[in-house]
Amino acid sequence: MNQAPIPTLPLGRRISRWFGRNIIRIYAVFGFTYLFIPVLYTFAFSFNNAGKSNLTWRGFTWSNWTNPCGAPEVCSALGNSIKIGLIATTVATIMGTLIAFAIGRHRFRGRTTTNLLIFLPMATPEVVLGASLLAMFLAFRINPGFWPTVIAHVMFSISFVVVTVKARIASLDPRLEQAAMDLYANEMETFKRVTLPLVMPGIAGAALLAFSLSFDDFIITNFNSGTLVTFPKFVYISAARGIPAQANVIGSSMFFLALFIVIAGQLVNRKKVR
Amino acid sequence: MADASTSSHGDLKLTRITKSFGDFTAVDDMTLTIPQGSFFALLGPSGCGKTTTLRMIAGLEEPTAGSIHIGDTDITTKKPYQRPVNTVFQNYALFPHLSIFENVAFGLRRRGVKDVKEQVEKVLKLVELPHFADRKPTQLSGGQQQRIALARAIVNRPALLLLDEPLGALDLKLRRQMQIELKWIQTEVGLTFVHVTHDQEEAMTMADTIAVMNEGRIEQMGSPAELYESPCTAFVANFLGQSNLIRGKIESSDGESSVVQVNGQKISLLKSRNRSSTSSVLIGIRPEKIRIGLPEGLTSGNTLTGGIVSDVSFVGVSTQYVVEMPWKQDLMVFEQNDGGTPTLRAGDPVTLSWNEPFTFGLDGSEDVNAGAEMDGEA
Repeated sequence: MNQAPIPTLPLGRRISRWFGRNIIRIYAVFGFTYLFIPVLYTFAFSFNNAGKSNLTWRGFTWSNWTNPCGAPEVCSALGNSIKIGLIATTVATIMGTLIAFAIGRHRFRGRTTTNLLIFLPMATPEVVLGASLLAMFLAFRINPGFWPTVIAHVMFSISFVVVTVKARIASLDPRLEQAAMDLYANEMETFKRVTLPLVMPGIAGAALLAFSLSFDDFIITNFNSGTLVTFPKFVYISAARGIPAQANVIGSSMFFLALFIVIAGQLVNRKKVR
Repeated sequence: MADASTSSHGDLKLTRITKSFGDFTAVDDMTLTIPQGSFFALLGPSGCGKTTTLRMIAGLEEPTAGSIHIGDTDITTKKPYQRPVNTVFQNYALFPHLSIFENVAFGLRRRGVKDVKEQVEKVLKLVELPHFADRKPTQLSGGQQQRIALARAIVNRPALLLLDEPLGALDLKLRRQMQIELKWIQTEVGLTFVHVTHDQEEAMTMADTIAVMNEGRIEQMGSPAELYESPCTAFVANFLGQSNLIRGKIESSDGESSVVQVNGQKISLLKSRNRSSTSSVLIGIRPEKIRIGLPEGLTSGNTLTGGIVSDVSFVGVSTQYVVEMPWKQDLMVFEQNDGGTPTLRAGDPVTLSWNEPFTFGLDGSEDVNAGAEMDGEA
């Protein structure tokens, strides 16, 4: 076919060829547009000079950004979410990491079962988890509120931490630890100076994941938080009356913060490799 | 913590060491003494137990039975970090999150040594990588990583340095160069090196003493020349270099030598070089010891007649012939390309001859092919 000069191809063929070559790019553009239009919308409406409801565009203003706590309760709700997120993340990360080491490094009776049970909370519908946690708390005569919410968040985050950290441990060359022991480091020092630093990226990733899961959670929180208002709960409640533009400010900030963390992580990694 | 400087006097002694994993015996009742200051090689095919032996010396495995001493100190059950032993791991096992400097300084810091900076710089100079201190291991080539792994171990001046296939991951040219460098460094620092390898050439180039291992036991131990010239089993004869092993029967003996009947032809074998206790014997001769010539040409020493050249390959320094003997066995002959002999072609009838003292005799009940084609796995 190499005698046929390309310019003489009929127009229809040329168009279909162009599509054939660029279909993945076109698909990607559509995909990203689909993913980011809601984010863009949220970001744009954080600058809306909104009245009671933030549904129609009424002109540009910085005031939502300069005064993010302007709407009633928005900052106390955010504060609650961050507090719960930080405590739950810390506890879930520590416990999950320990479990991951136990499963990843040691053979013991019930290891396979543990492995399986760890996956269960991820597979269980949140409504079921939330409802049964509430039932359990009430059975123990614990009133819904701040601490039951923390406990619930720790519970569903642990599985994700275990899975993330375990993957990192599995990729760790056992010879590195043997080398450390060979070079006069005892068990504690080996863990501190070789094992932990090498597993750290996995633990950090797990912590970020746990925090965003906790911050984001509505269903389980709604069952177990009682009168306590978290940020997702605040957004849900105010949706009935009209969500204040400050919610868009906080949502956009979270998005840019996450983006920043991911990009910074990539840059640090690239520097390490080079 | 063991103080490397005080316990560095003494030989390594393995006494009746056995290591089993379930039903499998990796090391079988092994007794071995490695003198201080020597470059010792454990050579054998994969699965022969050499790495397990090394790991027991390092403290990474505990023997099922037996004891390990360095000098008079029993280290059998000591933790790896309590032994004056350091290891160069097969894939180097450099710490990826630490700089080259911190990698090399790791052992010194754990032992609380004072002049860390000075010692690290000195050893980096020894391995000829003085300007790499600030880099990370991934920024180094394989050969450079290998040297850092070596530096990280020898900077601690252990009584014993273990090398687990240290050159296995390097390409051939670099491997040759590192063989010479390792030997030089060993002489320079004067430590005992125990080197595990499946590469017979590597072992022969570097080690003073080689122990050839097979199926968890030591088949033979000695200097490279001793093992090569006087192998005592078919496994050693085939694993170290190549050998022609031919079945024969001792017909008669007088004084210093015996006459062996080999498929109707007579071969003379020195009694001192015969390892067989019965009249059944395997005649051994190295391919490069044999001269090859037209039937009328060669008569001196031991001769075997009736061969037909079946294959000729020119490999530069020598020409390698495969000669088919009347009893349907192929023999290898390496002939130096020094212009002394005319080039033969496939199909030519030939006679083989060699000086009588080059002949060695092995137990006739052995498998002619034991240990052949087992090396070169890397």
